[in-house]
Amino acid sequence: MTAAPTTPDLTEPAVLSRARTQVLENGEGLSYEDLVEVLRLPDEHVPALLGLAHDVRMRHCGPEVEVEGIISLKTGGCPEDCHFCSQSGQFTSPVRSVWLDIPQLVQAAKETAETGATEFCIVAAVRGPDERLMSQVRDGVKAIHDAVDINVACSLGMLTQEQVDELAAIGVHRYNHNLEAARSYFPSVVTTHSYEERWETCQMVRDAGMELCCGGLVGMGETLEQRAELASQLAELDPHEVPLNFLNPRPGTPFGDLSTMDAQDALRTIAAFRLAMPRTILRYAGGRELTLGDLGTREGLLGGVNAIIVGNYLTTLGRDPDEDLALLSELKMPIRELAKTL
Amino acid sequence: MAVCGHCGQALSEAHPRCEQMLAMEPPRFCTHCGRRMKVQVTPREWAATCVEHGTVAG
Repeated sequence: MTAAPTTPDLTEPAVLSRARTQVLENGEGLSYEDLVEVLRLPDEHVPALLGLAHDVRMRHCGPEVEVEGIISLKTGGCPEDCHFCSQSGQFTSPVRSVWLDIPQLVQAAKETAETGATEFCIVAAVRGPDERLMSQVRDGVKAIHDAVDINVACSLGMLTQEQVDELAAIGVHRYNHNLEAARSYFPSVVTTHSYEERWETCQMVRDAGMELCCGGLVGMGETLEQRAELASQLAELDPHEVPLNFLNPRPGTPFGDLSTMDAQDALRTIAAFRLAMPRTILRYAGGRELTLGDLGTREGLLGGVNAIIVGNYLTTLGRDPDEDLALLSELKMPIRELAKTL
Repeated sequence: MAVCGHCGQALSEAHPRCEQMLAMEPPRFCTHCGRRMKVQVTPREWAATCVEHGTVAG
C-alpha cells in the first residue's frame, strides 16, 4: 500500500520542517544555528515544537521513562563558588554542612527502589572527593548493592584517573558531572575551576566505561545563544544522560535575586535539547516545580523529556513521587525496567 | 520570640513569600530560637535539627 502524499504545512517555521527531516527522520541533532532559531520561535509555535520533540523522543528512545532518586551524602561547605548553588561555603547561604550515614543512605535507596526507580544517585558537595569521602562512597555503594536492587550512580565533583577507575571497579555504573553552562558563560557562573576541568572529568568517566551523565542549568542570565551553545556542547560530548535543571534562585547566592525562568522559555529549552540530542536520556532535574508548576511535568514529558527525578532534591523538596508515577501511568509511559538498564 | 523557618527573621508580621517557599523546601532556621539548623533531605523525607530545640521532620 502506498502512503498518501503529505501536504506540507506552509505555516510551519522552516526550522521545524528541517528538524522533521534531519532529527525525526534521520536521527541527526540540530546545528547550533538551528537551535538558536528554535529558542527564538514565537509562543504560538511552541505546541508544534513540543509535539515534534515528543515525536523525536518516541521514535529514537521509545515510550519508557527512566526514574531516579537522588541523595546528598555530604551537604554544604563546598569550597567552590558555583553561583547557583546554596551548598557553596563561600556564600551566606543558610545551608549547613551535614553528612549522611550509611544506614540512612541504604534506607533512602530502598525507598527510591520502592517507587520503581532504577537509578539512585549519591551526590556530594565537593570540588572532588578526598579519602574520607571515597571511603564513605566505597562503603555506601557496597551496602546498597548488598541490600537493594538498583543501579548506583555518583556525583562527587572532579575526579582523578585513579578515582575514576576505582568508582568503575566498585560498580558505579553512571557518573554525573555537569558542564553547568555554555563554555562562553561558564566564567560568569563559576570562577574556582574551569569548564575545561569539567570536560576532562567527563572524558575520563566515559573512557573508563561508566555511563556519563552530563547536563546543566538554564535560567541563570545566559542568552538564548548561550543556551543553544550549551545544548551543542553537550551534543558534542554525547552523554548517555542529560539532566536539565532550571535555576531555583537560592537565598544568599550570587544568583539568588534572579527571576524564575519563563515557563514558555523553559519548554522551548526542553524541546531544543531533545532536537539537539535525539537519542539521549533527557532528564527533568531541579527547578521544574518552581518554573513550570504541576502542569509543567506533563508538558515536558510530552515535549521531549524521557526521565525524571522522583521525590526530593538535594536541599529542596520535589513533587510527591506518587503524583509523578500516576502521571506516567496516565500518559501510558512505562517506567524503564532495571534489567534494561544493566 | 517566633522566628520564620525560611528566612530566620522575627515573625512580627506574616511572611507570605517565605510561607510559599516552605511548601517547597524544609525550614533552615529554628522557629524557636532562629539558629541555623542541620537539614538532611532524602527522597521521601526531610529532618531539620536545632542543637537546642531538637528535630522537626516532614
